[in-house]
Amino acid sequence: MRHILAILLENEPGALSRIVGLFSQRAFNIESLTVAPTDDNSLSRVTIATIGDDKVLEQIIKQVNKLVDVIKISELADRKHVERELLLVKVTAMSDKSRTEVKRITDIFRGSVIDIGKQVYTIELTGSNDKLNAFIDTLNNETEIIESARSGCVGMARGEKALRV
Amino acid sequence: MTTELFTGAEMVVKALSALKVKYIFGYPGGSVLDLYDAIFQQSEIEHILVRHEQAATHMADGYTRSTGEVGVVLATSGPGATNCVTGIATAYMDSIPMVVLAGQVPTTLIGNDAFQETDIVGCTRPIIKHSFNCRDLAEIPNIIAKAFYIANTGRPGPVVVELPKDLLIPQNKAPFNIETIVKMRSYNPNIKGHPKQIRKAAKTISEAKKLVIYSGGGIVLADASALLTKLVETLKAPITNTLMGLGGISGLHDNFIGMLGMHGSLEANKTMANADVILALGARFDDRVTNNVERFCPNATIIHVDIDPTSISKTINAHIPVVGLVDIVIQQLLDELSETNYSPDEESLKDWWQQIHIWRDMSSVSYKQVEGEKIKPQRVIETMYRITNGEAYVASDVGQHQMFAAQYYPFAKPRQWINSGGAGTMGFGLPAAMGVKLAFPDKHVICITGDGSIQMNIQELSTCKQYNLPVVIITLNNRSLGMVRQWQDMVYGGRHSSSYMESLPDFTKVAEAYGHVGIKIDTLDELDSKLEEAFSIKNKLVFVDVLVDEKEHVYPMHIRQGGIDDMWISKGVKG
Repeated sequence: MRHILAILLENEPGALSRIVGLFSQRAFNIESLTVAPTDDNSLSRVTIATIGDDKVLEQIIKQVNKLVDVIKISELADRKHVERELLLVKVTAMSDKSRTEVKRITDIFRGSVIDIGKQVYTIELTGSNDKLNAFIDTLNNETEIIESARSGCVGMARGEKALRV
Repeated sequence: MTTELFTGAEMVVKALSALKVKYIFGYPGGSVLDLYDAIFQQSEIEHILVRHEQAATHMADGYTRSTGEVGVVLATSGPGATNCVTGIATAYMDSIPMVVLAGQVPTTLIGNDAFQETDIVGCTRPIIKHSFNCRDLAEIPNIIAKAFYIANTGRPGPVVVELPKDLLIPQNKAPFNIETIVKMRSYNPNIKGHPKQIRKAAKTISEAKKLVIYSGGGIVLADASALLTKLVETLKAPITNTLMGLGGISGLHDNFIGMLGMHGSLEANKTMANADVILALGARFDDRVTNNVERFCPNATIIHVDIDPTSISKTINAHIPVVGLVDIVIQQLLDELSETNYSPDEESLKDWWQQIHIWRDMSSVSYKQVEGEKIKPQRVIETMYRITNGEAYVASDVGQHQMFAAQYYPFAKPRQWINSGGAGTMGFGLPAAMGVKLAFPDKHVICITGDGSIQMNIQELSTCKQYNLPVVIITLNNRSLGMVRQWQDMVYGGRHSSSYMESLPDFTKVAEAYGHVGIKIDTLDELDSKLEEAFSIKNKLVFVDVLVDEKEHVYPMHIRQGGIDDMWISKGVKG
């Protein structure tokens, strides 16, 4: 089962490597990982998407919590939450037909073309993991994907619930 | 007013003094020479020069296990620091607090593959509780204070502090500020057990018909021995100890049913397998305890008390988890039992003990010594127990001798038994014994070892000479790697692949070459007198080389993949 872990930790050198190291040391899976400082610059927030059964998830949460730099950890996928991921994708857009089609698909998915070259479009799309996958599949049927970059997901609990110090 | 300024090297020493450190175990080298210069110019802290950095870590470890005080290791960058890795892993696996100060090349050179540069923080990341890269001179004192706090609270463990050379040199100075009472927003270990869980646990205990207490190293680390004994006597229940927990309750206590696990007693393992409630205190259901987890004690309700939540339900699901310091939780349990007017159910206790006595009468921990034949290793342990009145500190290496010592030397007190249980580090015994002897110069300190293990840190005989550490080394010499050989006999069709120790030295001569006394024992009739002689020599290290029967196996032993009580109790005989 897929889980999303939001982790609040000290913005210290090496703190991220402890988390990554822990996942490989204990043979936990990382599907995606994002990290950046929060509005409070002394804190970083890491979001990890992972796969595992309940027993594995329990161990992951406990093991991450045990790291001295970690302040809080919360699992998001089990309850109401919002999640977003950013996709940048560069596709071939040579003929008028293919340009129109790519633009149309992008509009339908509520993405935007953010750069164009002589023969390429670069598209930005934000959404859930599922939505991004669907967009890529659709593009693949229409044109050739030259490169793509995904941020990995970030998320938050819905409503008043918050992960903060 | 001018503020006094200090070099980083001076700050390290001042910080260690402020934390009441008495000894540093270490070895100098290029990047820590400034620190060694600062150590030279003071007298509060004594530096113990080992002959290999691994031994420094084990010596600090032995010192800590016997005293409870945090051991401090100092090594230079690169190979000095990497030589500490095995010792750090050993401490980590057994939750031993330790602070390792590792030199590093100057910050300007970090990442350049400079001479003697190793990313020691990176190397040790999976085997430490925490680590620090110092990058600012002024932070050194508080980093060291934090290192001690983290190492010695919660579930204890080793902490590495990396000190780049440019932070230590005389040219750079800063004011000295230290807060010895540490507060960290990200680290607040849970201390008290949750009251609801305590109530649940107490209720389950009072309803149990076949209760067993299974206690581990956590009891020793938390100095919870007296409280544990009180709990055992309140519940009148049987108690078994893990290898790490020996001495947590006296090995001579009526309720003690021996060690459990792979080489535990049959009665301990049978009691576990048939219990309806298992109260696990500071133990972690290690694979050497459980045998096949799928078949582990299927009928028991498990109450698991541990300071580390990750230990709970990691291998065996706990029905009633209690996170907290084990001494505090035991007190909470005792209070709860007394508030609910607990009294043991004498009738079911009688039945339970009757059953346990039947298992005990099978005398699973036993051996046969025939006069005139080779000395049995078990006999050596029993003899050293008798001569030392069971009061010696016993530091063990790893192998058959370790198991024989655990089985045949009942420890009356915690911290008497010093061994590498989790990591199983050969070479641990001698330096650990040295650390104990340093702390307790007037006590008998034994290093029980084998002809394989002793050679993994034998160079420390030189350190023993320098600092006058007259430990008694007892080598159960079977001319082979006994435990490896035993497995090869039992599992690999008797093919002794690389388990012989060919071209062994004459250990007594090695000892003499280092300035110590060597005694060789090769027949049974001289065992008593020569061991007595060895223990009568007080001011010199004695190396006793005992030639024992190389064919002896350690029994009882788990049958692989079986339940906890599926055991061989002697060659080809199932219990």
